[in-house]
Amino acid sequence: MDAVFSGLASGFATALDPFNLMLVLVGCFAGTLIGALPGIGPINGVAILLPIAYGLGFKPESAIILLAGIYYGAEYGGRISSILLNVPGDAGAVMTTLDGNPMARKGEAGKALSLSAVASFVGGTFAVILMTLFGPLLAAYAVTFSPSDYVALMVFAFASLASLVGSNPVKTLLGAVIGLMLASIGIDANTGVARYTFGIPDILAGIDFLVVVIGLFGMAELIHLVEQQARGTLKTLEIDKSFVTMADLARTKWTILRSSCIGFFIGILPGTGASVASAVAYGTEKRVQNNPKSFGEGDIRGLAAPEAANNAAAGGAMVPMLTLGIPGSGTTAILLGALLLFNVTPGPLMFQQRPEIAWGLIASMYIGNIALLVINLPLVGLFARLLTIPQQYLTPLIAVLAFIGVYSIVSNPHDLYMITLLGLFGWIMRKLGFSLAPVILGFVLGSLFENNLRRALSISAGDWTILLQSWNSIVLYVLTAIVVIVPIWYGRRVAARNARSEDESPKAPA
Amino acid sequence: MRLRLFASTLIAATVFAGVAMAQDIERPECIAPAQPGGGFDLTCRIAQKGLEGVIANPIQVTFMPGGIGAVAINLFNTTRTDDPNAIVAFSSGSLLNMATGKYGEWNEDDVRFTATAGTDYGAVIVRADSEYKTLADLMAALKQDVGSVVLGAGGSVGSQDWMKAALLVRAENLDPRQMRYVAFDGGGDAMSGLLGGSIQVYTGDVGEMISQLDAGTVRILAVMSKERLPEPFADIPTTAELGYPDAEWAILRGYYMGKNVSDEAYNAWVDAFKQAYGTEKWQETVKAQGLQVYSVAGEEFNQEILGRVDRMRQIAKEAGLIQE
Repeated sequence: MDAVFSGLASGFATALDPFNLMLVLVGCFAGTLIGALPGIGPINGVAILLPIAYGLGFKPESAIILLAGIYYGAEYGGRISSILLNVPGDAGAVMTTLDGNPMARKGEAGKALSLSAVASFVGGTFAVILMTLFGPLLAAYAVTFSPSDYVALMVFAFASLASLVGSNPVKTLLGAVIGLMLASIGIDANTGVARYTFGIPDILAGIDFLVVVIGLFGMAELIHLVEQQARGTLKTLEIDKSFVTMADLARTKWTILRSSCIGFFIGILPGTGASVASAVAYGTEKRVQNNPKSFGEGDIRGLAAPEAANNAAAGGAMVPMLTLGIPGSGTTAILLGALLLFNVTPGPLMFQQRPEIAWGLIASMYIGNIALLVINLPLVGLFARLLTIPQQYLTPLIAVLAFIGVYSIVSNPHDLYMITLLGLFGWIMRKLGFSLAPVILGFVLGSLFENNLRRALSISAGDWTILLQSWNSIVLYVLTAIVVIVPIWYGRRVAARNARSEDESPKAPA
Repeated sequence: MRLRLFASTLIAATVFAGVAMAQDIERPECIAPAQPGGGFDLTCRIAQKGLEGVIANPIQVTFMPGGIGAVAINLFNTTRTDDPNAIVAFSSGSLLNMATGKYGEWNEDDVRFTATAGTDYGAVIVRADSEYKTLADLMAALKQDVGSVVLGAGGSVGSQDWMKAALLVRAENLDPRQMRYVAFDGGGDAMSGLLGGSIQVYTGDVGEMISQLDAGTVRILAVMSKERLPEPFADIPTTAELGYPDAEWAILRGYYMGKNVSDEAYNAWVDAFKQAYGTEKWQETVKAQGLQVYSVAGEEFNQEILGRVDRMRQIAKEAGLIQE
């Protein structure tokens, strides 16, 4: 433990160097803006700025501190467009729209932005502290998570998300199936056969998650806005000056801590990232709270949970990268590449060979999280004012930004057709009363579930008992059972009590 | 963002126009046909850094993911067939796709192979505490029961990662279709699968093993090459010297251009690469990315690649990847 503290101290000496400190602040600020733009997320932000950082001839520790600042700054910023515009700023911010945007529409945009900034701060800081204390241990555990354990994790995720089932379970189920179908497009890894590609080369590798998110959520929302505007039913919002209160924080403190744990755990696993983490945290929170009615209509806990989780996951993904040289997410893969570009070999020996980089980066993450909170809170009022821009200017602006965002990443016009088509499709689904969240979750969890199930079965040569052979799996299946059974049991008890006290039928309309 | 980059490149181009540099390529661009962060990204970074100073204007890297290179080759056969400014990164994996017809109607005759970035080699990797101490141990186990060993790597069945495993199995005259191969999503996941014990053998690339080698977490049973590699891999035996000359897999990385580019534009790039190959800086850049220096450019290179694709097509047929 002494080594940890002396390492951290030397790290702070590196990170507090005035030049590096400035880079942390610049990175965090730029990251917030990049994350806030729909379509451009952390992965693109880091990829775009990597050559610039390299070209300016920074020292490796300075460059990596800047890039990491952009990474977690973008995770912070993703929430802004989710809350204000109902358009996820990046893939990890999809769940944030569910309660964040209703809050903004209720005139609590300021409160939503400030509360989520605090939740992000706690999630991010929680992750860095755990990484500092137990990094190598955690990474050693994370790699023991086998394909069959991922299957169990996905079963757990599906079970906790079953709580998303709204008023119409059939439509939710259909939505999830549509998500699964979208996920099956592309070359099948286990046989090398192209599925549902219809000879179009652009979708041979599947549809990018970002394209699905921007299309289904972003474009559908814009079409919806235009429609409202044409009908004249669009309300202009007053400037709201709401802000998070101590009472809100007291009410969400356990939510934030729980979600930070979930987010961090899922983040350190090499195969899963912020999008899965925030989904599981949201589902679990809804289950834990047992009053799912207010969730989805602007519940502060439904906002705090995914935001704490996606920032904790971003921190968690750094653990296997720094300690084992294995990237835990797309963005950490680029950071890994960046280190190589600077002739630094990430991996088990980095803490001994290049401590100034490893510890400097960790220390900069502490500073970065504080900086993000300090940068974000005063900006809340400014961002909230975005909503007072008349819709006829705002809608086309968002559309242009989303198109540029998607095109700038891959320069493939095909993706622009895709988001337009998916947007139309999403809009029609909304018209028919479908919720889009199950589609996205079916898409993310479905492909992870399928790939890992088939990996597990290739390992065991087709023997299904492999799914129950590790403690990780067993614990997850027990948790799944709890998540499914306890709310039913609890619901019956409440119903029974209600039936006794009020003399009326407790059954909700089917 | 792109617009601004474009604008600044344009300004830079006009400023530098008067300056006499060795090569004048107006708006040099390297297309990495994948998401940022992978091998194609790395290939373009080598050109970006290695050609600095040889080409007047900085090379811009553009990402074009989709179909493991299919989207890029499609674009360069439909709209940008004669683009003098752009090179596209490719690897042996792309060549395998051409050989097995994964790129639809396009194959190796539809592009002009321009230059190499460098080369890497396949490696047979096990965990440091594995029961397989040598390649002979592993091959004996495979021979006894080909289904008893769990192999895995970062690519799907039919990809070059799978090919490395298949070549190994075939070297003992066993059927690759009988092997237990686990397809992970990228080398990182496959590596954690190996360290975590999900798979017993990882058929990865030797270049990415530098960090693990020093830490002593894994053991490389063999490098899939003819001759020994230089330090830090000099102590690792090759498949050829261990008696499996057919289990050789070089991962070539390089660049191609559109099929209709003028000889002038093609030669401008070829000359730029040839000039850079001689410099210390190029060699260092290549080595820093974990690749071996391998420098060939021009028509000679184009011919070499055509030969390679033919050989791959043969192997793919024998491995059952191409049905007749």
